[in-house]
Amino acid sequence: MAGDLSEELLRVVNLTITYSPPASAPVRALRDASLKINESEVIGILGESGCGKSTLASAILRLLPSYAHNDTGSIVFRGSDLLTMTEADLRKVRGRAISLISQDPALCLNPVMKVGDQIAEVLRAHLAIGKGERRRRVEELLQAVGFEQPRQIYSAYPHQLSGGQRQRVVIAQAIACDPALVIADEPTSKLDAALQAEILSLLSEIRKRRGTAFLVITHDPTIFPGFADRIAVMYAGGIVEAGTTEDIFRKPLHPYTQALVRLSERYLTNSGETKMRFPMIDGEPSDSTRVNPGCRFEPRCVDRMHVCIDSDPQEVTHNPSHRVSCFKYGK
Amino acid sequence: MGSDARVAKSAQPFLRVRSLTKRYVRGGVLQKRIHVDAVRGIDLEIPACKTLALVGSSGSGKSTVARCVTRLERPDAGEIWVGGTDIAGLANRALLTFRAAIQMICQDAVTSMNPRFSAAETVEEPLLIQRRGAAKQCRQSALEIMSEVGVSADWANRSVMEFSGGQRQRLAIARALVLQPKLLVLDEALSGLDLSTEAEIINLLLDVQAAHSLTYLFISHDLPLMARLADTIAVMCNGTIVEQGPKSQLLSNPSHPETKSLLLPAKIFQKKYAEMLGVSG
Repeated sequence: MAGDLSEELLRVVNLTITYSPPASAPVRALRDASLKINESEVIGILGESGCGKSTLASAILRLLPSYAHNDTGSIVFRGSDLLTMTEADLRKVRGRAISLISQDPALCLNPVMKVGDQIAEVLRAHLAIGKGERRRRVEELLQAVGFEQPRQIYSAYPHQLSGGQRQRVVIAQAIACDPALVIADEPTSKLDAALQAEILSLLSEIRKRRGTAFLVITHDPTIFPGFADRIAVMYAGGIVEAGTTEDIFRKPLHPYTQALVRLSERYLTNSGETKMRFPMIDGEPSDSTRVNPGCRFEPRCVDRMHVCIDSDPQEVTHNPSHRVSCFKYGK
Repeated sequence: MGSDARVAKSAQPFLRVRSLTKRYVRGGVLQKRIHVDAVRGIDLEIPACKTLALVGSSGSGKSTVARCVTRLERPDAGEIWVGGTDIAGLANRALLTFRAAIQMICQDAVTSMNPRFSAAETVEEPLLIQRRGAAKQCRQSALEIMSEVGVSADWANRSVMEFSGGQRQRLAIARALVLQPKLLVLDEALSGLDLSTEAEIINLLLDVQAAHSLTYLFISHDLPLMARLADTIAVMCNGTIVEQGPKSQLLSNPSHPETKSLLLPAKIFQKKYAEMLGVSG
């Protein structure tokens, strides 16, 4: 893998976030989540809707709504805690050192502004360079994300571009200031099959060329082999298992991870069999307003034990790179 | 039945589409009006109780075919034979019988439902529109079909907005089934769902297909997934069908570049997965 993997870039420690919207029950979106990202590393966050993976991404950039409370924890980026940083200092980090690729490129681009100007805006916010230089750099960026005619694309409006082209523009915007970390929230979920492959190979290429670290959030485990170095699996606000991509696919430990890996193997099964029922995870996702202790996956778990009902499992280190929170492997 | 409905001479596949063409007009007040062929010369056949998947990239015209088959759009040319009747040219009133026989399920269940409606109101609405009995009777049918798709009657009075994505998709299936249709058109009905929810919905669709003898037309860009569900696959590109056949033939020997590109992510996953297991295994 490219780059220096040893140096720590970002560390999330015991982060707990609660949403307390007016007139609604508080929702514990993140529970004691801990995560480490090294320089130039691709980390995947895997989990179903509502498991807190996008909250984690927004918390890193402190983009959570006002009714979100950070109860405990810290997010240390290159030695500074992002949670205690002043807003002015944080503005120097957002877009410059850490940037975000959001899920829907159609929604995050301004429909009445040329896409080139939207990329130039990021450069203007962070770098003291002239207009001509900015234009030159934007054209370089457009070329770097695969546009053969960057001049024409510079002057296009978002509605004139296809979904894949818009996603490329958003990626160009995210890497404009050569950030150390790019957070990609479901970067391929709105794209067609062929475009998904193209965008993932583009992200790998950027990581290889520029040494950028990526935090990729998705509900689809099939994008990770050959792309992510490590995977953290989230369920109901907690990280239930973390390990190298190989650990997760070869030896998934948590019953939830095991079920996800089984589901992802639908791409591997022989297509000769038609209308076979799919393996599935019984039950409904966990109620995020629940406050009492107990493993959140217990109601759906095929290996549940009595202890899972009213005690929280502690993290167990299976090997130095592989940890899991499940009573099957200890307390 | 409308006067312009043509009746087939003999028993045919449940759905037979011939030379379907639909044009849209682009431009308007300030721009020159141009005609764009969204789909042209589409030929499809689905035998009763079988599944056909229409796959392709965004903009290939597959949703236009779905909208024509369900007669949400009137085709500009071609025939759509449903159980022996050509519905392509039927007028709205004559279409009423066929509207019940052909139901559609959309990708985004939430935007296809009235947020002010409860679950039961959502499911019973088609029955009320089609005047299929008294209100009480319609409610009872709605509750029965909801329980069949796995939505408890205790949830009947909850707003549709309180349901999770998977539960809403179950409600959408219940709403489609309540009129006892023969053909379900599923336009990207599985896109954007978590893998576990997707598996749940697929299993439910397989169950109800067997229980109600349904014919399915799946619209999707996920060819590997469709390979698990469909009997026949048709690949669309730029408004036409570029490859069509039994799925085993199409997957073992894809000939068109579009088919190959739709299979790419699965191929990449298979390769990387094998490499990963091979390296350490």
